[in-house]
Amino acid sequence: MDNLVEIENVSFGYGERQVLKGINLTARRGQVIAIMGNSGCGKTTLLRLIGGQIKPSHGTIKVAGLEVTTLKQHELYQLRRKMGMLFQFGALFTDMSVFENVAFQLREHTQLPEDVIHDLVLMKLHAVGLRGAADLMPSELSGGMARRVALARAIALEPMLVMYDEPFAGLDPISLGVTGNLIRKLTDTLGLTSIVVTHDVQESLKIVDYVYFVSEGVIEAEGTPAQIHASDLPFVHQFVHGEPDGPVPFHYPARTYEADLRLGA
Amino acid sequence: MSALINSIAGIGRRTLEGISRMGYATRFFVSALLHSGTAFRRFGLTIREIYFSGVLSLIIILVSGLFVGMVLGLQGYETLETYGSEEVLGVLVALSLVRELGPVVAALLFASRAGSAITAEIGLMKATEQLAAMEMMAVDPIARVVAPRFWAGVISMPLLAALFSATGIFGGYLVGVVLIGVDEGSFWSQMQSKVDFQDDILNGVIKSVVFGIAVTAIALFEGYDAPPTAEGVSGATTRTVVTSSLAILALDFVLTAFMFRGIS
Repeated sequence: MDNLVEIENVSFGYGERQVLKGINLTARRGQVIAIMGNSGCGKTTLLRLIGGQIKPSHGTIKVAGLEVTTLKQHELYQLRRKMGMLFQFGALFTDMSVFENVAFQLREHTQLPEDVIHDLVLMKLHAVGLRGAADLMPSELSGGMARRVALARAIALEPMLVMYDEPFAGLDPISLGVTGNLIRKLTDTLGLTSIVVTHDVQESLKIVDYVYFVSEGVIEAEGTPAQIHASDLPFVHQFVHGEPDGPVPFHYPARTYEADLRLGA
Repeated sequence: MSALINSIAGIGRRTLEGISRMGYATRFFVSALLHSGTAFRRFGLTIREIYFSGVLSLIIILVSGLFVGMVLGLQGYETLETYGSEEVLGVLVALSLVRELGPVVAALLFASRAGSAITAEIGLMKATEQLAAMEMMAVDPIARVVAPRFWAGVISMPLLAALFSATGIFGGYLVGVVLIGVDEGSFWSQMQSKVDFQDDILNGVIKSVVFGIAVTAIALFEGYDAPPTAEGVSGATTRTVVTSSLAILALDFVLTAFMFRGIS
């Protein structure tokens, strides 16, 4: 098995604020890997770096052997045709029906005849269980359904890599299980590689092959779900068990409580 | 003292920000022009947008045109009657509309009806990551979303202005001829002989094309540049209406100064 995505020593900052500080990460073909961490730790930034939407200040990012940071615009677009991305709330085109949303890339990038597009779209929708919703508009879908349509759209061109930005956020337990199973099943049947950015530990540990924990811009821990469960690293323990205080403190940095309340001066 | 220095520094900072935003807007505009191929190759995309910004603006344009024309008929008659020259009422109504009010008022209405809608739509597409999704699907949002809307605005604006002027003239006719009783023959014949195709009508059309470019470009840029939050989008929508209205009036002065200065 070779590596589809290789990230080496990548740093990135918005202005003064360093978000990522020397990240190393690889995703092998056919694997589902998860990037976990608390909100605002730069997980989504990592996906945008892999997709070439932003450039790192430091380090190299390779997808299928191509260095993303040095690609020209049309080469990058060529590469993106082989990538799918599921955005946090689906990001469906609100002025198009479910069918048109899934057909979007087929219409933009291929010259396929209309009846072939029709069949392909329905097959993708069938895979996510929403063939019957083809004629609905995005505003008529529930959050979980929108996420599944977006997933069908992301795999429309049969990509080699699919990235998921918080696919479990705001879903009810049933939709949560459905989405998790879909990610695993589609990865296996279509031979994809999946990178899931999430903070839903329980759901993602069920479906992934390998986990990276990001905190404060560095990889704090990594391993298979079994290794993570067995880990005694304080950060991982706090995260997996959802403890309010620990290496990630409950309190935002501040002066001492006494000083703020003007006690004992 | 430090307050004074701070306020001067503030002026400097705002000026620099303004200039860099202007530069960004120019780059955005140029890139929309350079990526216009799709808007013409797949003209269906542009036609769709002509429907949304042009056809859906028709009601407000036609009704306003009718009322403006009727007011012109009333006011014009009042004034002309003093000099006993009611028969040139048609000329007055037509020239006012074709040269000035048609392009300007139609553009102002277009800015508030279609411009604000464009800004809100693009701003929300950005806020809900639809533009980012498009980019990740290897489709350039400038070519696919921005350019068709731009050309749709540029095509719609002169047509709307022409319809505004036409209904306005009809409104003037209703009030002047049908209601007040100005001679119908002289109303139309004076209009025909005094309104020049090139000096009046064509210049009016040029004006409305320029306004169409300005309004649509401003609306698209404000939407594209809006912070992806609720107040970001609402602020951008307001800025579209304010900026494009001011741009229309300022451009109108400049264009008028060039076009009609030497005409007797």
